[in-house]
Amino acid sequence: MTNLEASAVTPLTPWKATLNQRLFTVLLLAVAIALSYIVVAVTPMKGKLAYAFLFMLFSVGFQATHAGIKRGRTAAVDAIAGSIAVAGAVLVFTPVISLIFTTIIRGSKGLRVNTFTQTMEHAAMTDPISQGGLLHSLIGTLYLILIATVISLPLALLTALYLTEIKGRAAGFIQFLVQAMSGVPSIVAGVFIYAALLLTTSLHGSTIMGALPLAILMIPTVTRTAQEVLLLVPQDLREAGVALGATQWKTVATIVVPAARSGLITAVILGIARIAGETAPLLFTLGVSDKINWNPLNGGQSALPYYVWSGLGLGSPEAIQRAWTGILVLLMIVLVLFTAARILGREKK
Amino acid sequence: MNDENTNSQGDDMSTSTPSVLSSVAQNRAAHHEANSAPMGSGLEARGVHAWFGKHHALENVSLDFNPGTVTALIGPSGCGKSTFIRTLNRMHEFIPSAAMAGEVLLDGKDIYSSGIDVTQIRLKIGMVFQKPNPFPSMTIGQNVLAGLKLAQLKHDNKEELLEQSLTRAGLWNEVKDRLGVSAGGLSGGQQQRLCIARSLAVNPKVLLMDEPCSALDPGSTLRIEDTISELSKTMTIVIVTHNMQQAARVSDYTAFFLSDGGPGQMIEVGPTSEMFSRPRDQRTENYVSGRFG
Repeated sequence: MTNLEASAVTPLTPWKATLNQRLFTVLLLAVAIALSYIVVAVTPMKGKLAYAFLFMLFSVGFQATHAGIKRGRTAAVDAIAGSIAVAGAVLVFTPVISLIFTTIIRGSKGLRVNTFTQTMEHAAMTDPISQGGLLHSLIGTLYLILIATVISLPLALLTALYLTEIKGRAAGFIQFLVQAMSGVPSIVAGVFIYAALLLTTSLHGSTIMGALPLAILMIPTVTRTAQEVLLLVPQDLREAGVALGATQWKTVATIVVPAARSGLITAVILGIARIAGETAPLLFTLGVSDKINWNPLNGGQSALPYYVWSGLGLGSPEAIQRAWTGILVLLMIVLVLFTAARILGREKK
Repeated sequence: MNDENTNSQGDDMSTSTPSVLSSVAQNRAAHHEANSAPMGSGLEARGVHAWFGKHHALENVSLDFNPGTVTALIGPSGCGKSTFIRTLNRMHEFIPSAAMAGEVLLDGKDIYSSGIDVTQIRLKIGMVFQKPNPFPSMTIGQNVLAGLKLAQLKHDNKEELLEQSLTRAGLWNEVKDRLGVSAGGLSGGQQQRLCIARSLAVNPKVLLMDEPCSALDPGSTLRIEDTISELSKTMTIVIVTHNMQQAARVSDYTAFFLSDGGPGQMIEVGPTSEMFSRPRDQRTENYVSGRFG
């Protein structure tokens, strides 16, 4: 076949819905919307939930009936199953989208230059937004994430390697402990560090003390994800490494871990996501600070979740505005970290 | 070559049908005569048994591999060929429930005796697997030299070793301009030759190949067979194959394995041309003439 002949043929997608079919679907959805309005108007049912529920019910019913008339019973069941899956996705994403939008809209109102350049050293939460900022909390949160990651990453990775590669005698018991640990309420982790280190010794609340309970929370998350990722590395690769005269340690370090690299980075991201917004364990362990504290070992520290918590607690419009802004900044930090990690973890092409 | 034929069933020679395969094998044998001093190391299996948990997978196999020869292990699926080849470089113990009995002698020393460093054994007895398994996080060049890094070996001229290994595996011309590219972009046949090059870079004395062509197209298979013929001049090769034409084309000796529902056994072993023309055992005769398996 020559190029000329090839270009004369138009590529088609006969398996996709035609314009008419699409229009008909839109029509069905429109009728479903109209019907749900009518039902809400004539019955005692009220509110957004009623609309959503009725629309869901009608649209699924119509589509299933339409499919059933055109292509029989199995097609109707298929349509119902498909609609339920879509409804589930919408149900999950609605609150997430709503949460992000509310945070952006309410938080951005309090964004000023001084938000990022000033601390609360010379301002109170209830002062006008133009005074003071959250720089100290921002630095505190970054510090906490960094220290908690530095503590938990090696521990979690080694635990995961023990469970997947060495599979030693204690593997079953450690697996159980990791699972149990991932169920520990965050406040219990905070109280544990408080009782074990702060109450019984002369230590005071500081960044490192705040990072310890966060590390406790982060370890099981990272371990379990890392374990899943390591299990995905084909057994062939381990055998190939060992067959080249490598020790197990060498095989794991030069083949298995690099092969799982992007997945292991995801594990760290999930771990950071787990701890970035934690407030409860910090209440006992972080101390207090309304200015920048660069020393992680000594003196109180602030953190964004703590800043938000104290702002909301005060209740004045300015304090609540500061809290929303704090939530927005926290959200942005996590987003930036995720993006950075994704870029770092990208496979070399 | 020791003949440890345990189950010969005294068949009469007259019934053997001269097969096409035997002439292929004879051609090869005649061609191979020219090869003079044998290189590589001798490997001897003495009464090897293998178990997976309580399952007795292999029973009492004794087989010698002379230096510089190619031995093909043939037989139907589940007859213990792969299990046997994995006992030869101690990859068998990689499976958690595995157990074994017997001796495997490399240059006269039992590789299973205590005090033997297993990593040294696997360095001397290389292995190529059924499915091509290049390391995904490494480039083509890094893959070839991975053995140096893994076994912590020093080599003065890595460039030269890289070219030499790839040339011996018959891949150099195809990849010399893209050594820095990820190995994932190679075709299946190229990946398998890359794995062969990777095994050769650590300079093994014996190369074990576990169905190296079963996942490849006929063209790639032919390339690998050429590579095997080339390699057999300098090393001892043991190859498991389901393809009897392949066994006839590449091997000097052929061993036939079979399981009658119980543990796999070696039925007979002999020069490849004889195995395909006048096997001593009726079961071998049936298998090589395509009556079962």
